[in-house]
Amino acid sequence: MKSFDELSLKEIVDEVQDGFILGIPADYSGVPMKFTKELIKKGVKNLKLYCLPLTTIQGDMLIGSGCVSEIEAAAVTLGEFGMAPRFSEAVENGKILIKDSTCPALHAQLQATEKSVPFMPLRGVIGSDIQKHRKDWHVIENPMRSSGVREEPVLLLPAVQLDILVFHAPCSDRNGNIQIGRRRELATLAHASKKVFVTVEKVLDIDFFEDELSAATCLPALYVNGISIVKNGAWPCALPGVYSSDNEEIKKYSLAAKTKEGFGEYMRYCL
Amino acid sequence: MNLDIQREELLISQLADLLKNDKHVAVGAASPIPGAAALLAKEEAKFLNKRLRVTILHSNKYNNFTDGARELFDCAAQGRIDTFFLGGVQIDGQANINLVGTGEYPKIKKRFPGSFGSALMYFVVPKIILFREEHSPRTLVKKVDFISAPGVSERGVYRPGGPKYLLTNRALFKFNKNLKKFFLCKINEKETVKNLIKVTGFDFDVDNKISQMPNPDTNRINILRDKIAPMISEFYPEFANRIWGI
Repeated sequence: MKSFDELSLKEIVDEVQDGFILGIPADYSGVPMKFTKELIKKGVKNLKLYCLPLTTIQGDMLIGSGCVSEIEAAAVTLGEFGMAPRFSEAVENGKILIKDSTCPALHAQLQATEKSVPFMPLRGVIGSDIQKHRKDWHVIENPMRSSGVREEPVLLLPAVQLDILVFHAPCSDRNGNIQIGRRRELATLAHASKKVFVTVEKVLDIDFFEDELSAATCLPALYVNGISIVKNGAWPCALPGVYSSDNEEIKKYSLAAKTKEGFGEYMRYCL
Repeated sequence: MNLDIQREELLISQLADLLKNDKHVAVGAASPIPGAAALLAKEEAKFLNKRLRVTILHSNKYNNFTDGARELFDCAAQGRIDTFFLGGVQIDGQANINLVGTGEYPKIKKRFPGSFGSALMYFVVPKIILFREEHSPRTLVKKVDFISAPGVSERGVYRPGGPKYLLTNRALFKFNKNLKKFFLCKINEKETVKNLIKVTGFDFDVDNKISQMPNPDTNRINILRDKIAPMISEFYPEFANRIWGI
């Protein structure tokens, strides 16, 4: 059967240290909500959230619980349920630093780390206030003679390496390969992270590499430091292809989190 | 059947008219009305033996990508997307859009979600349709408080794409890139040009062929309610429930 040792959720939570850059998957790629709640219980501080490219209830809860000092994202929102209230409040009152970005830049910075190069160029963005406020970004003239337009200004983005990534997935095989389906941004996140932990609904007693279809849709175990079986681990967020989001619950959160007191009450109930 | 056209249905119909000659329309986050318009245009294109490809980012079913969330941006940069929709907390007369918040950045007064992919999509997709339901001096402003993506760029900056239209619940504008100005071209039947001048925070010109927004005909409404509404409920359940009770 299994060729890896399963971790407990607590063991994964213990890997997260104060001040770490934590990779945050978007709401469509497997949000590790059970893990997030345990992390909040632990009382971790000064996390730097790196969102690929956005976060919903996960980021808002971590911010509301005082676990976050900095966030780099293209958006923080509760989607159909409106704004992320704890995030908005924290930014408006200067409680956290937001490094405003745009989706393709967040992808590109991790892609630089995937390739182990110091930066990645990107078109667009120039002339925006996003660029104006990002002192870590640089604009150069295209130095190439054989590609692009001579003297075209091009934006350079620094490589970003994550300290740790945790996401939730439908399953792993017996060798610890993780099924991620078409959510390839999880592979980008994993390639750019020093450590990767995954919570899964279940472990299958098969080998994904024996079949071309499952081999192409998995994250190989070589990028994974540990796996924990956590049933319903993304709730109330969706787990694509397995279950949809619990909209009643997210709505409940969106209303409660409008005030600090309401948020506190909600968290006491949900932890 | 009840042909009382709802405000959202009229907007969906206006947007669908703007997609008629497209080959690939993509729809991003928090966009139920553009999403419905794209699927409606795709359905209607079939009757003309044309094929419109629609990519809806927040749907599993109507999503053509397999290479992760970056593929939308790579695909757009390659010129494979004809039309995309962007919104804004504020939109100004030069078509600059602000999705970040109001007040002086970074000490913002009211914080909104953020810029999403606008800072690339606005540059590379040939037909960007700006869509903001609320048409008031606080949404359509003289100058935005924060530029998530600029309406026009300096010479030399790679910019095959940009704003072409702005649709609100009161009017449709066309954007003139050379004059850096919006032209009013269609107005809601309940509106007057005089009132629009009052409720628009920026100066605009009036197109000499200005007309009323046409109501969708019975055929279109039938397709929308019978066929498109159930599709929308897969990825915007709240919206579908509110508008069509499904």
